[in-house]
Amino acid sequence: MSTEEELQSNVSVASSSPTSNCISRNTLGGLKEHNYLGLSDCSSVGSSTLSPLAEDDKATISLKATELTLGLPGSQSPARDTELNLLSPVQLDEKPFFPLLPSKDEICSSSQKNNASGNKRGFSDTMDQFAEAKSSVYTEKNWMFPEAAATQSVTKKDVPQNIPKGQSSTTNNSSSPPAAKAQIVGWPPVRSYRKNTLATTCKNSDEVDGRPGSGALFVKVSMDGAPYLRKVDLRSYANYGELSSALEKMFTTFTLGQCGSNGAAGKDMLSETKLKDLLNGKDYVLTYEDKDGDWMLVGDVPWEMFIDVCKKLKIMKGCDAIGLAAAPRAMEKSKMRA
Amino acid sequence: MNYFPDEVIEHVFDFVVSHRDRNSISLVCKSWHKIERLSRKEVFIGNCYAINPERLIGRFPCLKSLTLKGKPHFADFNLVPHEWGGFVLPWIEALARSRVGLEELRLKRMVVTDESLELLSRSFANFKSLVLVSCEGFTTDGLASIAANCRQLRELDLQENEIDDHRGQWLNCFPDSCTTLISLNFACLKGETNVAALERLVARSPNLKSLKLNRAVPLDALARLMSCAPQLVDLGVGSYENEPDPESFAKLMTAIEKCMSLRSLSGFLEVAPLCLPAFYPICQNLISLNLSYAAEIQGNHLIKLIQLCKRLQRLWILDSIGDKGLAVVAATCKELQELRVFPSDVHGEEDNNAAVTEVGLVAISAGCPKLHSILYFCKQMTNAALIAVAKNCPNFIRFRLCILEPHKPDHITSQSLDEGFGAIVQACKGLRRLSVSGLLTDQVFLYIGMYAEQLEMLSIAFAGDTDKGMLYVLNGCKKMRKLEIRDSPFGNAALLADVGRYETMRSLWMSSCEVTLGGCKRLAQNSPRLNVEIINENENNRMEQNEEDEREKVDKLYLYRTVVGTRKDAPPYVRIL
Repeated sequence: MSTEEELQSNVSVASSSPTSNCISRNTLGGLKEHNYLGLSDCSSVGSSTLSPLAEDDKATISLKATELTLGLPGSQSPARDTELNLLSPVQLDEKPFFPLLPSKDEICSSSQKNNASGNKRGFSDTMDQFAEAKSSVYTEKNWMFPEAAATQSVTKKDVPQNIPKGQSSTTNNSSSPPAAKAQIVGWPPVRSYRKNTLATTCKNSDEVDGRPGSGALFVKVSMDGAPYLRKVDLRSYANYGELSSALEKMFTTFTLGQCGSNGAAGKDMLSETKLKDLLNGKDYVLTYEDKDGDWMLVGDVPWEMFIDVCKKLKIMKGCDAIGLAAAPRAMEKSKMRA
Repeated sequence: MNYFPDEVIEHVFDFVVSHRDRNSISLVCKSWHKIERLSRKEVFIGNCYAINPERLIGRFPCLKSLTLKGKPHFADFNLVPHEWGGFVLPWIEALARSRVGLEELRLKRMVVTDESLELLSRSFANFKSLVLVSCEGFTTDGLASIAANCRQLRELDLQENEIDDHRGQWLNCFPDSCTTLISLNFACLKGETNVAALERLVARSPNLKSLKLNRAVPLDALARLMSCAPQLVDLGVGSYENEPDPESFAKLMTAIEKCMSLRSLSGFLEVAPLCLPAFYPICQNLISLNLSYAAEIQGNHLIKLIQLCKRLQRLWILDSIGDKGLAVVAATCKELQELRVFPSDVHGEEDNNAAVTEVGLVAISAGCPKLHSILYFCKQMTNAALIAVAKNCPNFIRFRLCILEPHKPDHITSQSLDEGFGAIVQACKGLRRLSVSGLLTDQVFLYIGMYAEQLEMLSIAFAGDTDKGMLYVLNGCKKMRKLEIRDSPFGNAALLADVGRYETMRSLWMSSCEVTLGGCKRLAQNSPRLNVEIINENENNRMEQNEEDEREKVDKLYLYRTVVGTRKDAPPYVRIL
């Protein structure tokens, strides 16, 4: 298991493996082009859940099938397969591993999500994965779409072959807003002392992160075709690999050719890969807008420098990004800055 | 009848420690009753309104330790209004007047005032131990009087109380001559702590074995405290800053490594996960670990810590540990006896992906053969899982399962969870405490009545279909002492079926059920030794007493056996029939 110490002191080592994994992953063929909306996946989930559900659950599920909800915080979108997790140097300890095939053993594997349903990952997953204290900020802030988030819970912990029935019961408050739950006095039966203490703890962590000195660095992340943008805190990642995985989970699969923090080292090789990907036109590419307003390919410069200059992130379609012959330019720029 | 002189019998009785056994002894004959009562040192009163202080003192004049419980259990969940009762002052006043040599007072869910604490501190020269659990009504001023006046104080243990923190200098009030402290727990205090005073206190308390700090004690202070108390057995960590400087951290590590006696760890109210590794060296010695307030520690950090705790017997944790974490617990903690998994998301606002499910429960049951007590909050459950748990762990004494959503069925079969809980009660022949949840019909109560022969406490919420459910329980569970029911369709027929039964129990709580005022009245009519309390906070109802409708449903019913009749300290909204 990689530890936090590894994360912080050994960034380049950690990042070299994701590189090879990137390459190997590309050739595995386990990943197809995922359309952003994941409609096919969505509808497969939707249809499988439609039958046994209660009335209002049905309504919410079909709503889910059509709405562009991807990786909303707290949402329990079905996870990606394990291979994708390899990109991250951080061990995903508390995440259930998602097999490609439905598991046979009901009880033991009911924590495994329905992999077939696609690749949407709840934001809270992302945050959990990178286990930073700051991540609690995300879970606490008011992200919208509570209903959508709740509907995503539909596929949360279902044994794959039993999804239909399972979801009927896991849509616990999908049809009623969270407020309804709060109306039951004294439920769940947790001592008020405990409730208050936990609430205070979370509030305090919010305050900590809200301080200007704490160094959260939020940048917008847009994706071609996406109806809305996301924001990520660049300081909550230690290297490109983490950023890449987080964004993957947040949106959909895309290839981040270079995962190394030391862009210069493997640069040429990485750019080659990038071009290959671009040519295949299959994958998405992560780009960023720097202080000069130029759109650059992510991964060319050392991570620390990248954080410094990145103003915005954009996930572009591979074919669109071909024009970004960014590598030489990035090097030039970084030389200028250095 | 007695072949031995009284002194010999008394000596024999000294070996009988359990309250129940001593109660049984006192019933044998008059002579034994007398010997027993005069030699009784510890008295446990489960309901402070079942008896009054005068009678207590009359019967046990030599008592040294008194345990009192006040409000009903559901008061923990805000179901009992403020000022309902449970005042300790009359007890302390009576004990003080009669010059009982009180040395220990343990209170749970009682209202304690600064005045009571002051009186307590001045009235008993040998007072040694004060334990307050889930109490309220006092401030740090009251603690100051305890600190200042109890010269023999060994234990001051404040667990989960609501204390008004005046940010005074109560720690300073311990005189320099006070060196007898063995246990000090002020984790629930919310305000600032005079760390210097605390350090001096700890430094002059060589017998200190248990120290639980509050949020205000920072990392560097913790290191110093541990350095002067390497004999600590039980430690509650306060606040662990987010980014400790390397020097403080190193000092902490050094201090921790010396605490080879440490067996129990708790607190971690504000923790940066990166600080946890400082505790790794002593994890192998831990038998008790309470991380249930450590909301900021993510599952994987918890797992790393727990993996080192091979001797753990008691674990309290948040559900952020996840099923995967519980699998690690199951694989690591083979000595585990008690597990509590609390919900980290109490307000139901988030869909917590990492929360625990039936999978974790089954894993624990399979991996921990010595498990006998569990409290488990989860979002879903299946009958199959419960059946597996019952098979793996037939030794449960306490089994409390709380599925967060009321009426939730088996999430795979959509059936009720009757069969699952049925399996539990059938397999666990020694089960004494049970809390049920999820979708349940009368059937589960049939099972409980049939099989749960040793059951003493049962908590029911949102369950059952008809009066039969409650009747099954009352008819079957002969050892039932505390029955608490909320939001279940049990009515007068069940309530009135066997009125005499309630005198064999400590108490019955029914809220948001189908019992009516008329039913309660009938119940109270023939039961002089029961207090039947109707708790109704609704203003309107109080006004219209002359026109009361006996068919009106009672919002909250609390009845308990008593030998001293109606209590005099009830607030206006409590009607005692």
